[in-house]
Amino acid sequence: MSADSSLTPAHRGDLRVIAGTMIPASAEFDVPGADDPAIQADIVATLGRDAVLVREALDQLARLAGSPLADLDPARREAVAMELRAKGGPAVATLTRVVLQCYYRDDRVVRSLGLEPRPPYPKGHVLEDGDWSLLDPVRARPPMWRRA
Amino acid sequence: MNDPVDVLIIGAGASGAAVAWSLADTRMHILCLEQGGWMNPATYPSTGRDWEARAFGDYSPSPNIRARPEDYPINDDNSPIKIVNFNGVGGGTVMYTAHFPRLHPSDFRVRSLDGVADDWPIDYDTLVPFFEENDRMMGVSGLAGDPGVPPRKPPMPPLPLGRSGTRLAKAMNRLGWHWWPSDTTVATADYEGRARCINLGHCTPACAQGAKASTDITYWPVAQRAGVELRTHCRVREITTDEQGMAAGVVYYDADGIEQFQAAHVVVLACNGVGTPRLLLNSASGRFPNGLANSSGLVGRNLMFHPYAQVYGYVDEPTDSNRAPPTCLWSKEFYETDPSRGFARGYTFQFGRGVGPVAEAVASEAKGLLPWGAGHHAAFRRLNGHRLGLSAICEDLPEEHNRVTLDPVLKDSHGIPAPRIDYRIGENTARMMEHGIAHAKEILAAAEATDICVNSPILYGGWHLLGTARMGADPARSVVNEWGRSHDVKNLFIVDGSLFVTSGGVNPTSTIQALALYIADQMKQRLANLFD
Repeated sequence: MSADSSLTPAHRGDLRVIAGTMIPASAEFDVPGADDPAIQADIVATLGRDAVLVREALDQLARLAGSPLADLDPARREAVAMELRAKGGPAVATLTRVVLQCYYRDDRVVRSLGLEPRPPYPKGHVLEDGDWSLLDPVRARPPMWRRA
Repeated sequence: MNDPVDVLIIGAGASGAAVAWSLADTRMHILCLEQGGWMNPATYPSTGRDWEARAFGDYSPSPNIRARPEDYPINDDNSPIKIVNFNGVGGGTVMYTAHFPRLHPSDFRVRSLDGVADDWPIDYDTLVPFFEENDRMMGVSGLAGDPGVPPRKPPMPPLPLGRSGTRLAKAMNRLGWHWWPSDTTVATADYEGRARCINLGHCTPACAQGAKASTDITYWPVAQRAGVELRTHCRVREITTDEQGMAAGVVYYDADGIEQFQAAHVVVLACNGVGTPRLLLNSASGRFPNGLANSSGLVGRNLMFHPYAQVYGYVDEPTDSNRAPPTCLWSKEFYETDPSRGFARGYTFQFGRGVGPVAEAVASEAKGLLPWGAGHHAAFRRLNGHRLGLSAICEDLPEEHNRVTLDPVLKDSHGIPAPRIDYRIGENTARMMEHGIAHAKEILAAAEATDICVNSPILYGGWHLLGTARMGADPARSVVNEWGRSHDVKNLFIVDGSLFVTSGGVNPTSTIQALALYIADQMKQRLANLFD
């Protein structure tokens, strides 16, 4: 079974809603929510080795909700999400991580943080040299290491 | 049947590469067997948009999570610190932060000076020429004149202070505490064919620029040009012995999974503090029923990590975050023993520069700093790119109950018994960690950081695997002698972190490699009577 097909339609529906509950869209910061179709597609396409634990977390979520998350009213949906978060454990941590790692590499989100949407290589970054005179009081200290 | 070789080295990491390079000038037939392959920098995480996510997958520091074909599983359930390593040409130097301090002179005399553990059979001065040789080969960046360590002359200038280093330096000066730019193997200038650092910022899971020294790009190209043979994807199952009790060679599985025998006149183990005892214990035989070279019963015992007490917080101005190498400053303020602190020995503070957005989001969510829902975005913008942190690298004293054994059930992909770790943090170390946390908080307070978080110990912090085949003059209290030769098997040598008698409070790679060069030098000086 490929990672792309490892989630059932019910899983995908709940994944979309829980992700949007975790990270909603924001007009203030001009960013999509984690339920955005492109971000959801990235999550599903790159689940890979995390698929088993993510399915486990989504099954846990479905049990807490008792019905598709999208069918719940917003207050109940948020209560279920908070209950899931409070329960924690490896499966919920993995679900949370895969949402965060895909959200925070989305071009729109990365730009909103003032960062360039690119890998570190090959451009790299510029690092300020700093003020080396800060070392002067340390240079003035006598040796601290013990001779043995 | 493979032709016999003069010297067979097992493991192509930090120490295996160094010993291979040093022995190459003997013109002996030297072969190294490495269970992993050559790395391809074009596929390193920092070349792709998923650069941070891969740290949770195929570039996780944990072999159990990473689970590449080159890796072997490790049962570390009974340890609060999980084993991290890397398997491939370059070994752990492919996946390390490149922080490159040396052990201090006092680290070799802990019994004499502080009444704990044991003295080493060698001293700091003995290793100085090999530290210097290794600094040249690996290419060390740093700044001479540090009053916290013995004199040394790094061949390249230090990494810039940057924003994070500047803020931390000011905090340390306010407290009147020692700090200095760290020695690191990140090249700050073009060096011996390596390009200078361009601040990819994601150094630990391998450097795509090639600025970070890993032995696949430092020692190995030179060693191979000098005639050393390196066979990759060859996993050694056991060392065999002859009727005289000498090492005869090794049984290994080649790249096709075919069992092979390789005869050798000398066998050198360079498999790290977990892999080496695992292989010795897997080499038990009728003559050596408790494992090879284990008449002392100490193979696998006295396992030492450096338990890391990590403390970080957030400041009101941007830090370097992921836009620079994580190595920054060190402090030796609390390195040497002060009995008034309530523990023996000490620790180095290693200062960091911050992390990338995914790492920040995952960590902050887990700590409860990053809410779900409407407040998420504002909270994240306050945290992201504003982290400032440091870790106390605490000296871990040797305790025999901390050990590597063979797991009765778990096996690797070749069916070879996997290692099991039983480890707990000792009382002295625990007190040291508490001291480190308290003083790290003082530093962060001086830097005006808030939202202080503590990870103690760092769960996936078992980078430094030490002590499991210690060196010493007494065969009843050590596995190898003062120049790395097994007391029991006179053509068997160990050159990795297993040798360490005590751990010191620093990252050990510099000292591991200096030891490997020292042992190679001893072997060369004794070639005429190496087995006497």
